[in-house]
Amino acid sequence: MSRFLGYKSVQVGSFGLLLALVPVVVTNRYYLNVLIFIGIHTLLVVGLNLLMGYAGQISLGHAAFFGLGAYTSGILTATYKLSPWPAMVIAVVLTVAVALLVGVPALKLSGYYLAMATLGFGIIVYIFFKELVWLTGGPSGLVGIPKLSIGNVVLDEPKTYYFLVWAITLGAIALSLNIVDSRVGRALRAIHDSEPAARASGIYTARLKIWVFVVSAVYASVAGSLYAHFITFISPSSFDFMFSIKLVTMVVVGGMASIWGAVFGAATLTVLPEVLAVFHDFDIVIFGLILMVVMIFMPQGLTRGALDLWEKYRLQRDVAGESLSGG
Amino acid sequence: MIELSRQPLLKAENLSKSFGGIHAVREVSFAVARGQIKGIIGPNGAGKTTLFNLITGFYAADAGAIYFNGRSLNNLVPHQVAERGVARTFQNVELFDRMTVLENVMVGRHPKTRAGFISAAFSLSKARKEESGIRDKAMEILNFIGLSERAADPSTSLPFGFQRVLEIGRALATDPLLLLLDEPASGLNAGETRELGRLIGRIRDKGITVVLVEHDMSLTMEVCDEILVMDYGRTLAEGSPREIQQDPEVIAAYLGEEPFA
Amino acid sequence: MDLSNQILQYIISGITNGAIYAVIALGFTIIYNSTEVINFAQGEFVMLGGMAVIALDSMTNLPLGFSFLLAVLAVTLVGLALERFTIRPAKSSDPIALIIITVGASIFLRGVAMMFWGKDSLGLRPFTGSTPIHLGGATLVPQSLWVLGVTVMVMAALQFFYKRTITGKAMRACAFNRRAAGLVGIGVNRMVLVSFGLSAAIGAAAGIVVVPITLCGYDVGIMLGLKGFCAAVLGGLGSSPGSILGGFLLGVLEALGAGLISSGFKDAIAFFVLLLVLFIRPSGLLGSKEVKRF
Repeated sequence: MSRFLGYKSVQVGSFGLLLALVPVVVTNRYYLNVLIFIGIHTLLVVGLNLLMGYAGQISLGHAAFFGLGAYTSGILTATYKLSPWPAMVIAVVLTVAVALLVGVPALKLSGYYLAMATLGFGIIVYIFFKELVWLTGGPSGLVGIPKLSIGNVVLDEPKTYYFLVWAITLGAIALSLNIVDSRVGRALRAIHDSEPAARASGIYTARLKIWVFVVSAVYASVAGSLYAHFITFISPSSFDFMFSIKLVTMVVVGGMASIWGAVFGAATLTVLPEVLAVFHDFDIVIFGLILMVVMIFMPQGLTRGALDLWEKYRLQRDVAGESLSGG
Repeated sequence: MIELSRQPLLKAENLSKSFGGIHAVREVSFAVARGQIKGIIGPNGAGKTTLFNLITGFYAADAGAIYFNGRSLNNLVPHQVAERGVARTFQNVELFDRMTVLENVMVGRHPKTRAGFISAAFSLSKARKEESGIRDKAMEILNFIGLSERAADPSTSLPFGFQRVLEIGRALATDPLLLLLDEPASGLNAGETRELGRLIGRIRDKGITVVLVEHDMSLTMEVCDEILVMDYGRTLAEGSPREIQQDPEVIAAYLGEEPFA
Repeated sequence: MDLSNQILQYIISGITNGAIYAVIALGFTIIYNSTEVINFAQGEFVMLGGMAVIALDSMTNLPLGFSFLLAVLAVTLVGLALERFTIRPAKSSDPIALIIITVGASIFLRGVAMMFWGKDSLGLRPFTGSTPIHLGGATLVPQSLWVLGVTVMVMAALQFFYKRTITGKAMRACAFNRRAAGLVGIGVNRMVLVSFGLSAAIGAAAGIVVVPITLCGYDVGIMLGLKGFCAAVLGGLGSSPGSILGGFLLGVLEALGAGLISSGFKDAIAFFVLLLVLFIRPSGLLGSKEVKRF
């Protein structure tokens, strides 16, 4: 038990150390910006993975929660001159309320209802961002969102913002690792594996599903606030249906029910479009293909699936080796 | 208090449930005394599993009442029934396939523990203490059912017979007063069935009341104190194994099936 | 135009859209009944039908009726391929895997359509002229009659298929009890394949007949799919009469809402109806199927 706890803190600690050392080597602003985006995406994907990978429920509208965080922070600070940190808290509260409104009816039923309800929800929220021009600035966006600051220090350099984003993301990773390795985490996985058995074991599945839905929405909201204060300009197109699908793809690539996989998935699908030109023209075709191929052949996700294949290959090789030496 | 212990642990009164015009359970009444092993038998489709689903809150009864430990179970949903002290297994073995043997049993401790999202996320000391308690208790149960050596294996790696036993272990982890076993012997060979019979006896010796639904009768006749026979959703007979074996109605219903072979 | 005429006008346009939603809802129902899968690519069949007929009509001199049939055939093949190459080989029957696969298929088809036809919305000439027909104080484009006519034909054909043909009866048996159907020798796999083909075909027909009224772009599938699903849930998921009722009801509600409240939020209405149904009566208006899990 304590050994396992130690193992977890060693993982988080060494990853944190690695992250802290990166800016020593990487000083180029563009690279730092990409790393900040990876951090924000990781925060989103870790939250979504709690819902999808662990509890087996899906959100096809997670961009909406990301957008709610970004727009609430943006509007409160740019239009109403509220200071960013309280704005971020208000954004979280608002997101929780909205997540309950959508999640409570949809989660009573099978996963298909949640998937479709969140799909619709994502599109509707996008429409609101576009149509409520007086509030959101409409399709042309919202400008003048201030940079974040801690005390008197304004985090206007990529390097400082990098530290802030990754400190929060690393914290979220640590919390998530604790959650999945606990009574609650086991209950979430139990829901995914067999809901009847989970209920018979005394798990209030309906409430737990709502909880995890809300938690993942909160992660998304915080990520949205961080995003808004980073680029200081937001427009509806950053929160459209395709972004929700990209997040799902990141979970699928990273692997279901794997927190570290989520980091990998977020990093891969943030970097690849930057380097590979094919992504620009055909991104939806490629994302579609990834989703189909991975889920058909490796329903546990790409990293898990690849590991399983490797394991199988090694076993076969060992068995073959033994039978050779035996004969 | 004396009154309470004389009362039956479980009492069903005129339970009925139908699905689209088909009466799965029709005005069934029975009682289970504390410390008893009670068998419910009957041919396929007699309504045995439906009865379990009514007791455990998976179905709501159309009519009738269920009392457990002196309190009504009507209108409760499954997790509430589990919290009251009723545990169950499933006919088709419902394990958590992506968990280890130990974790499966640990899930069973859910109704007896409290840690929520917040205390788990921040790994508060009370959550950590509780977690190690869960682990100890689960190991204790694995010892009891004889699976402690397989604790770290994936549950799917167990042979089928052990999977059934593991499911019973998970149910025991909820500290039940009443354990409902849905066809625990189906799919088991004769040796495994005997082993299961001994396990059920040991469970009763711990003070847990057991109700088991069975399609075939060898196990039931051997371990049960009392048997309820169902046919077409109705109660056909109730009594000790000996009485049941001699009941003309039961023999008639089973005619040609050689139930006591 | 006074208010009652205005409302009549909204109802007429609502019925036209509702017919399309009803057909899409039927598509969901067909696949759901044979597989218990919700096909998130359902709306793409509608989009592909519309795009295919536009392409055939602009690139060939075929009569429109012939292009119609060819387009339906092409989309049917897409539906069959979707089942054969994505649903059937799927290793997991976990709903979440199937959701993601059909979502992947949906955006893949969307992307392919974008590569072929670009990002602009395209239109098609009406089947038979465009002189509006006056109906009381409201007007109606002749194409609306085509939409309603084709919808009724699709429903009648489905009814005939289910009640009179061996394959149709076998599919009903599968919907009722898959395992029992398999035991009596019905090829369940083939039935699933047929259900995808059928669902694609009627989706395409809906997409084709509505193009002259609404235009068609690579990205219309998602919204149409969502509304079709909403109609199916409103009527009762799994029930064919429910799908039809749900479709028309949603169409009219949406038209009235858009006309009387706000047209900018027209697309939001379907979603609110969906949430409301989930809150109040998840089994829908005509659905009574018990949740059959233990």
